[in-house]
Amino acid sequence: MVKKMEGDFILMESSEIKQKIKEFLEKYIKNVDLSEDQDIFQSRLVNSLFAMQLVLFIEKEFKIKVENADLDLTNFNTIIAITAFIERKQNNEN
Amino acid sequence: MKIERTDEQQKHQEIFKAFIDKEIFPYADAFDKNESIPTETIQKIAAQGWFGATIPKTSGGLEMDTISWGLLCKEIGRASASLLSLVTVHYMVCQAIYKWGTDAQKQLWLPKLAKGEKIGAFALTEPEIGSDAKNVGTSAGYTDGAFELNGSKKWISCGQIADVFLIIAQSDGKPTAFIVEKNTPGFEILPINDMLGFRAAMLAEIHMKGCIVSEHNLIGKIGFGFSHVAGAALDSGRYTIAWGCIGLGQACKEASINYATQRKQFGTYLKDHQLIQQMIADMITNLEAAKLLCYKAGYLKSIRDPQMIMATSMAKYFAAKMAAKASSDAVQIHGANGCSSNYPVQRYMRDAKIMEIIEGSNQMQQSLIAKYGFMGI
Repeated sequence: MVKKMEGDFILMESSEIKQKIKEFLEKYIKNVDLSEDQDIFQSRLVNSLFAMQLVLFIEKEFKIKVENADLDLTNFNTIIAITAFIERKQNNEN
Repeated sequence: MKIERTDEQQKHQEIFKAFIDKEIFPYADAFDKNESIPTETIQKIAAQGWFGATIPKTSGGLEMDTISWGLLCKEIGRASASLLSLVTVHYMVCQAIYKWGTDAQKQLWLPKLAKGEKIGAFALTEPEIGSDAKNVGTSAGYTDGAFELNGSKKWISCGQIADVFLIIAQSDGKPTAFIVEKNTPGFEILPINDMLGFRAAMLAEIHMKGCIVSEHNLIGKIGFGFSHVAGAALDSGRYTIAWGCIGLGQACKEASINYATQRKQFGTYLKDHQLIQQMIADMITNLEAAKLLCYKAGYLKSIRDPQMIMATSMAKYFAAKMAAKASSDAVQIHGANGCSSNYPVQRYMRDAKIMEIIEGSNQMQQSLIAKYGFMGI
């Protein structure tokens, strides 16, 4: 897989980020064929603890910090949105 | 994951134990009887820096590792569940601000909370809303850069003495968290006394009538008050309660062994009666099992693994049940003496029941754990 190099960081391709997110979400969301633009919160697919688990997953897996200013559902509600959010944060933090 | 303490953690444990044995353990029955923890005791805890145990050094805290923090909660829980309650709710507020506060809010609050200049309390529960927490009825209407809070909170630990409260309300129907100072006009605190356990936790009922707070007091964003802000706080609370139950279980074990070694019936010491041995054996084994769950939760917290949330829920559930059984058996072993105020085991039993209810009842933890199981994770 081709990766972009920036300084000492190796940035994942969007497709790789999406795949990792999908794998994580599929642990919590069963029996649903999760599409990339499906709203995981609106469709009531997850419980109240999931929000914090998702934050922890994003922080650990992609080595970014989710902070006050990032608290916007449009950063977290679909696979596409989470991917875009991670890429934005990685570009800002690197 | 290592389950042995590092040299630093061992050193911490010794310091915690020495302080608690001298300053808290001998007075815990009096706290319970008087239904309060003296200001001087709280000041002594503050002087140790323990109100800022987990806060980063840059914000005036000790930046303690997760296991050391657990060991401190264990030692406090061994002596006084009421004091553990104070430390727990303060920590919950600290963690919520640390994780979701703005830089300005962190700069304003964390150093004061770390030094114990300000004591924090967590206000989620209401007279009509307990476990169904995201449906709280307290409202927070927004106009011109400020929110108007209206509603009531109940069973708020340390509400009688706290300086700042993390209030969960609904803003336009969305769960939202606020930091509110006790002197805010329209914010009334009423003490609750004569509880079964945690009698020195200085519980309060709070009434907010036209209580105006600036938008700068909003923690996190509108709509994130329950899932993220209270979520971070409750996970933190479950962790300290789980470790506190380890301390409580240890106190039950030590009291029971001590009593069974000294008390004679039918010409032999209680320790030589097999039915007493059975209770002691279960106490020891369940205590060790609960401790391992706490170590696992602590380890996952230290690496900020998403599984830490469920590991903490399981640790809290198991440890609370363990403490309830251990304390009930401790009273049984002590017989009539255990039912009297001459021995602390009756307090342990009363406090252990509360452990099964606070920061998510046993039944709420069971429900979460079962759902997690059905996910196959």
